Amino acid sequence: MAAAPEPFQIHVDDAVLDDLRLRLDTTRWPDEVDGAGWEMGSNLAYMKELATYWRDGYDWREQERRLNALPQFKAEVGGLGIHFVHIEGKGPDPFPLIVSHGWPGSFFEMHKIAGPLTDPAAHGGDPADAFHLVVPSLIGYGFSDASREPGMTTHRMAELFGSLMTDTLGYDRFGAQGGDWGAAVTASLAEQYPANVAGIHLNLVIGRMARLAGESAAPEVEAYRAEMARWVRDESAYSIMQGTRPQTLAYGLNDSPAGLAGWIVEKWRAWSDCGGDVERSYTKDELLTNVMIYWVTQTINSSVRLYRENRGEFGRAGRIETPTAVAMFPKEISHPPRSLVEQGYNVARWTEMPRGGHFAAMEEPDLLVEDVRAFFRTLR
Amino acid sequence: MGTGAAKPFPIHVDDAVLDDLRARLGRTRWPDEIEGSGWQYGSNLAYMRELAAYWRDGYDWRVQERFLNSLPQFKATVDGFELHFVHLEGKGPDPLPIIIPHGWPGSFFEMYKIAGPLTDPAAHGGDPADAFHLVAPSLPGYGFSQRPREPGMNVPRTAALFRELMTDVLGYDRFVAQGGDWGGLVCAALGRGHADRVPAIHVNMLSGAPNPDPEQITEAEKAYVEEVTSWRREKRGYAEVQETRPQSLAYGLNDSPAGLMAWIVEKWRGWSDCGDDIERSYTKDELLTNVMLYWVTGTINSSMRYYFENRKLMAAGPLDRVPVPTGVAIFPANDMNPPRSAAERNYNVARWTEMPSGGHFPAMEEPELLVEDIRAFFRDYRT
Repeated sequence: MAAAPEPFQIHVDDAVLDDLRLRLDTTRWPDEVDGAGWEMGSNLAYMKELATYWRDGYDWREQERRLNALPQFKAEVGGLGIHFVHIEGKGPDPFPLIVSHGWPGSFFEMHKIAGPLTDPAAHGGDPADAFHLVVPSLIGYGFSDASREPGMTTHRMAELFGSLMTDTLGYDRFGAQGGDWGAAVTASLAEQYPANVAGIHLNLVIGRMARLAGESAAPEVEAYRAEMARWVRDESAYSIMQGTRPQTLAYGLNDSPAGLAGWIVEKWRAWSDCGGDVERSYTKDELLTNVMIYWVTQTINSSVRLYRENRGEFGRAGRIETPTAVAMFPKEISHPPRSLVEQGYNVARWTEMPRGGHFAAMEEPDLLVEDVRAFFRTLR
Repeated sequence: MGTGAAKPFPIHVDDAVLDDLRARLGRTRWPDEIEGSGWQYGSNLAYMRELAAYWRDGYDWRVQERFLNSLPQFKATVDGFELHFVHLEGKGPDPLPIIIPHGWPGSFFEMYKIAGPLTDPAAHGGDPADAFHLVAPSLPGYGFSQRPREPGMNVPRTAALFRELMTDVLGYDRFVAQGGDWGGLVCAALGRGHADRVPAIHVNMLSGAPNPDPEQITEAEKAYVEEVTSWRREKRGYAEVQETRPQSLAYGLNDSPAGLMAWIVEKWRGWSDCGDDIERSYTKDELLTNVMLYWVTGTINSSMRYYFENRKLMAAGPLDRVPVPTGVAIFPANDMNPPRSAAERNYNVARWTEMPSGGHFPAMEEPELLVEDIRAFFRDYRT
C-alpha cells in the first residue's frame, strides 16, 4: 500500500528572503562589450533591471500565496518525496492527466492551464473536457526531493511518476503531457505503463529523433538535420556543460541570485516567441517566481545534474505505440518532421501552432489547452 | 591610437575588496552533491569547502601581493590599449628578449618560478649565456590588462599588440616567444604574422593535422583524432559555454568567489600531472593567488569572452602553417598532444621534446624541465 500524500504548503523563511536581499544588494556585476545585446548571453542592462525589481518590486509573499492557491502535496515514492499539484476535475467524468515540466522550468509553468483543464465550464469550455490534473516537480527540482545517488534519469522519474499516478493516487488509466525533459518523462511513461497510459501529448519531441533521422535524404529530414546542427553548434553549450560537469557550474549559480537569473532567464527569452523582448511573453513576476523556485529550494545543481544522468538515455526503446499527439510551436528549439516522428511514435494528432515557443503552457495557454482537450476527447 | 612609455605598476588591492570577499566566503550557499562522486560531476564539494575555508581563514593576500610585487610590473598603452606585464632584464653577456603569454584559466603569476632561471641563469646553476630579457604580459581582458569594450580582441590582434609592446615600447627589435594554451596560439600568430621580428617560438601546447589520406594515416595520428573527438564530447563543456554565451555564465562567477574558484580549480586539477591530488602539483596559496587575479580585477567575464572572440576565427578554417622554427615541449598530462607527424603539418617543428612528467601548466608544475628546454632550443636563435 502506497503512502498517502500529505498536503504541502510552500513557506519560505524570512531569513532566506533577507539573505537574498543582501546578495542582490551586493551583486558584483560583470562587464559587457558595448552593444552586445544578448549575443554573448544575458544582457547586462536587463539583468540589472530585473535584479532591481527582484529586490524592490517583487513580492515573494504574494507569489507564495498564489502558488499555494494551487493544492499541493508531497508523497513518498521509491524513497523520495515527490512534490505535486493535484486538482480534481469538475465535470461528469474527469480524465486523469499528468503534466511534466522541464529545465529551466517548474510546476509553476502550469498555473495558467490548471484552471481551464480542471474546470472547463468556468473557462468557457465543455465540462465533459475536464481533467483530474497532476503536476509533479521533477525529481531534484523545486520542492521534490533530490536523489543523493547517481542514476536519476527521466526513465527512472517516469517509473516513479507512474507509481504516483497508479499506486498513490489510484488512477488506473490516465493521459500524460509534457515538453522538454517533461516530454522525455511523458514518452517514458507510455513505455513503462502501456496498460495505464491512454495517450500522450507532447509539445517537444526529443530523443530517438536524431537516430531516426539517420541518413534519410528526404528534404524535410535534411532541413531538420540542419536545424539540429545549428542548435548543436550555436545553442547547446549549456546542455553540454550540464551534461558533463554540472557540479562545477552549480557553485556559482547556487551562491549568486544574479548568476542563477543570468543562467535561466537567457533561456526563457531565447526559447520564446517574444521577438527578443522577453516581457512580451512573460512578466518580471513570472520570470522571477520560476527562478525563485530554484533559489529557495537550492535545486539548481540537482536540476542541471539531470543532463548528466540522462546522457545516453535517449532512444532506448522501440516505437511508442501509445496514441501520441504533437503540438508543434514555431519558436520551439527543434522541429522534427511528422514523417520522422511517425517512425518513433504512433502519431494520432499533429498540430502546427501559429505562435508560441518552448514554454507553451505559460506563453500560449489557450492554444495548448485546446489541443490537449481535443486530443484526449478521443481517448476518454 | 597612441603607444606610450611603460610605467611601473605595483598591485594594490583595497581593504574593502578583501573585506567583501571574506564576507562572501562566509555566507557561501554550497550546492548538494551525489554521494561518493569525487570529481566525476565537477569540482568536489569537500575540497571546495576546504579550499574556501583556507581562503577565508588561512590565505594571506597581503603576503601574496608583496610576493607578486617582487616581480617588476608595468603598464603601457599600446595602440590605445593598456597592457600589464612583468618585465625583467636579463643578466648575462647578451640576453635574448622573450615574451611568455599565459592562457586560460591562468595568469602572469604562472611564470613566477621560471622568471629567475630564465633571466639570471648564473644565480640558478645555469650559464649566463642563456639569459633572457623576460616579458610576461597579462592577455587583453585578463588580470591587470585592460578589458576590451569592443568586439574583436582575438589572437591575431593580441599578437599585434604584443609585437608593438616588444618593439615600440620596450625597444626589442628581435624577440622570441613561448607559451601554451591561448599563449601558445599567440606565439603561433607571432610566428605566422610577425616573422620579421620573431625568428623562432617555443610552445608547450599545439594542434596537429593527421594525414588527410586515409591510407597514409598513422596509428598515432588515429589515436590523436580519437582523443580529440572524445575530449570534445567529455571535456569541452566549459569551452562551449565560453565560446557562445560567456556573459550568461559570468553573472555567477563574478559574484560568487566559490563559483569562480570551482570553475577555475577544476581545470587546474584536471589538466595537471597530479594523480588526482591537486596539491601534489600546487599549494593552496598558488591555486588561490591565480583565482584572486581574476577575482580582484573582475575579469572572469572578459577572460572567457576571449573564447567567443576567437570562435569566429577558428570556425573560418585551418590556419596557415607556422613558418618559423618551433620548439615543442610535450608534457604527458596535457590533453590532446599531437604526434610529431601531425604537428609538423601545422608547425615548422625544429625541436621535439617528450617530457617525463607535467601537464598543461608546466611553468608552475615542471619549471626546471620547461626552462631547460627553452634554453636549449633558443641557443640556436641568439645571433
